Amino acid sequence: MKRTLLLAGLAAALALPARAEIVEQTLGNGLKVIVKTDRRAPVVVSQVWYRAGSMDESYGATGVAHVLEHMMFKGTKEVPAGEFSKRIAAAGGRENAFTSRDHTAYFQTLQKDRLELALKLEADRMANLILSPDEFAKEINVVMEERRMRTEDNPQAKLYEAMMATAWQAHPYRHPVIGWMDDLKNMGVADARQWYERWYAPNNATLVVAGDVDPKQVMVWAEQYFGPIPARALPVRKVQQEPAQPGTKQVTVKAPAKLPVVALAWHAPRLSDPDKERDPYALEILAGVLDGHASARLNQSLVRERRLATDAGAGYDGIARGPALFYAEATPAEGKTVAEVQAALKAEIDRIAREGVSETELARVKAQVLAGQVFQQDSLFYQAMQIGEWTTAGLDYRDRDTRYARLREVSAADVQAVAAKYLVDDRLTVAVLDPQPLPEGQPQFQRNLMGAGHVR
Amino acid sequence: MSAKTLFAGLLALLLTSAAWAGLNIQQWTTPQGARVFFVENHDLPMLDLSADFPAGSARDTRATSGLANLTRHLMSLGAGPYSEKDIAEKLADVGAQMSGRLDGDRAGFTLRTLSGKSERDAALALLTAVLTAPRFDIDILEREKARVIAAIQEAAIQPETIGAKAFQQALYGDHPYALDDSGEEDSVKSLTRAQLADFHRTHYRAAGMVLSIMGDVTRAEAEALASQMAAGLPAGDAPPPIAPVPVRDKGGELVIPHHATQSHLFMGLPGLKRVDPDYFPLHVGNYVLGGGGFDSRLTETIRQKKGLAYSVYSYFIPMAEQGPFQIGLQTRRDATREAVESARAELARYLQDGPSEAELAQAKNNLIGGFPLRIDSNKKILEYLAVIGFYNLPLDWLDAYSAKVAAVTREDVLRAFQARVKPAAMSTVIVGGQLEKPAQ
Repeated sequence: MKRTLLLAGLAAALALPARAEIVEQTLGNGLKVIVKTDRRAPVVVSQVWYRAGSMDESYGATGVAHVLEHMMFKGTKEVPAGEFSKRIAAAGGRENAFTSRDHTAYFQTLQKDRLELALKLEADRMANLILSPDEFAKEINVVMEERRMRTEDNPQAKLYEAMMATAWQAHPYRHPVIGWMDDLKNMGVADARQWYERWYAPNNATLVVAGDVDPKQVMVWAEQYFGPIPARALPVRKVQQEPAQPGTKQVTVKAPAKLPVVALAWHAPRLSDPDKERDPYALEILAGVLDGHASARLNQSLVRERRLATDAGAGYDGIARGPALFYAEATPAEGKTVAEVQAALKAEIDRIAREGVSETELARVKAQVLAGQVFQQDSLFYQAMQIGEWTTAGLDYRDRDTRYARLREVSAADVQAVAAKYLVDDRLTVAVLDPQPLPEGQPQFQRNLMGAGHVR
Repeated sequence: MSAKTLFAGLLALLLTSAAWAGLNIQQWTTPQGARVFFVENHDLPMLDLSADFPAGSARDTRATSGLANLTRHLMSLGAGPYSEKDIAEKLADVGAQMSGRLDGDRAGFTLRTLSGKSERDAALALLTAVLTAPRFDIDILEREKARVIAAIQEAAIQPETIGAKAFQQALYGDHPYALDDSGEEDSVKSLTRAQLADFHRTHYRAAGMVLSIMGDVTRAEAEALASQMAAGLPAGDAPPPIAPVPVRDKGGELVIPHHATQSHLFMGLPGLKRVDPDYFPLHVGNYVLGGGGFDSRLTETIRQKKGLAYSVYSYFIPMAEQGPFQIGLQTRRDATREAVESARAELARYLQDGPSEAELAQAKNNLIGGFPLRIDSNKKILEYLAVIGFYNLPLDWLDAYSAKVAAVTREDVLRAFQARVKPAAMSTVIVGGQLEKPAQ
């Protein structure tokens, strides 16, 4: 949800194909199956990605993609409510799901010889989900608790939510993934059912399997379990362009907190053509120059040298179905104002736009990219995750290597150029957390019975 | 599914994991007394390493609370010939990642680097300087104290952190496990450079160091780097063990009013040591109660059946002395009492009857069947090396894991839970609102 650090963002883009074999096949019903072999441990990761996230929702039904994700564990005719998790657990597996703006994905990690179970269960709930009003009525309460925990009582999350709703005027990225509380309160099982019927089709999904498996056998199982599910016509996806921004936008969020936060977000391009585009790569490198390590520009200047802020950072992630943002944020130190810190953040950006970056800084960021490319191979889950993200974003996962080559070609002049081009006031949204003290006169009652012998 | 088929499944799992067991951990002690735990693996051109010391926050007192944390933090902000800027830049130049960690028992650093000689040597030289020659620059100390204090002040407003802190104090009273890792505003303010330097000299000694190494180096290379690192550390004995947690027979309930939309519940007591005869009965038994996610009773009742919480769990944190047993959840304000009573009822029922045979089999199937997932990456293996080393667990701890889990019986679980989780001794902390007034 938060800004993506450079290393994480870049690592997501890179892989060393020399070590790993990737096989891809599309079934007759449109399901894309991608298998990556990695035999370091006797383990397999299975992920089913649906190209349906909160960006596909409409007003009045925000949050439904995520609610359906919860409902996917509530049973089919063959596998009653709760049984999916029980069966995976009995096989020693770990499983869960996640919903983002762009997609909804379900995953299991298992011993290598348990893969068939996961595929069978996923295929079953792709086609046969029962959406009962009773289960829905309970689960919508769980989702509202999730929203309270993640957002309502979390000042930073509220700030982020407000910033998104401000930066995007028309694009559905303005809605929070978890949905607005009011929409959750008004949501019914019919909304979930409509969502399921619209988007949960094999021709809108990708199965990614990574681990110590035989790709041929995986394809046989994929055909056996997913193959019989018929393809369905998908709703037309209309292009949703964000209108040009005529000037800086500003939003303030008051919430109980001690420290203010100032967050800046500029409209920036996503990666859509990994071979031809240059700007998204230069923006990634720019984020690294600003915040790639503890002595990168923002921390070094704002936190360490000038002591204006207790924290400062920047980030950019161009792998998405919709348009991107470039972020910078800082927490003012005691006695420093939001205005001072905001000005200092912008001054650092402007300095790069004016003077560029050094060759040393550039080389340093690229060294981290190179290392990250090796390190990410330690996680099987992450490897599957990248393939799923790229595919769902409409990119070809094979271009992860192209991207690596392009990142290495980024010059100091490229970095300077994107700072000057994109990080300008007419693309900017400023979001400020205005900290409020806890309400006065609170203790209605407080009893402390520690050691007083009262026991319940 | 009957208990019988579950058991058959369990046997099959035992066989598959047994066929694959056997992580070859090499162990030795350097001449200076540092203990080294090493797994050689050349699959990926990278090296993971951790250096841990008995230098956690339980070494603080109320007056010095935050000293252990600040010492560890400052060590990486200037050491030997390197300024704080040098350290960050030189790590980034070779793509290495160094981070610190600290809890009640342990403090230390982890390092991840490419294993090529030039990258590796550069990264290890930096870590060695950080461990052996921290500068504790006064100016940086003052800056970092201000940052820590800002974080402490922020934590004093948010319900989750308010509750976690009150819970820790309720459980541990005067024992140092009660101390917040970050310290208190007044104690952090008072800390001096001399205190940090002294803490480093007395707690970061070779005799207490556990060095864990995982990845692409040979035994000879690992030996050389371990000796080089240990040679520069302060001399002297390792610090004494942490005092036992006093036995307590009385708990209580603390309600802290808060405006938040959710109430936060914390319930528990000091429960489990890392080396403890009841480790496996409690580990397996807790899976059924609240450790097994959607497979656990707490989630089944409070989330699935009643829709009262998104997150509800129970866990033991095994530590050098008795770490906490904790049940936790968050729920909307007006459901606070219902959720608290539901959690208590589930616990009471579990303490009465223990797990069923089917539940126990399910827990074992998951823990044993999922064993390969615990060690499927260099990073995870490094963490096990560090724990095995720091807590003096047997070198075959991982190899023996599945058999120990399999051996746990219902009676073991019930007896261990009844012995450790005494409702009368439990503390409850609720941060939030809309509870009925207490009966007078």
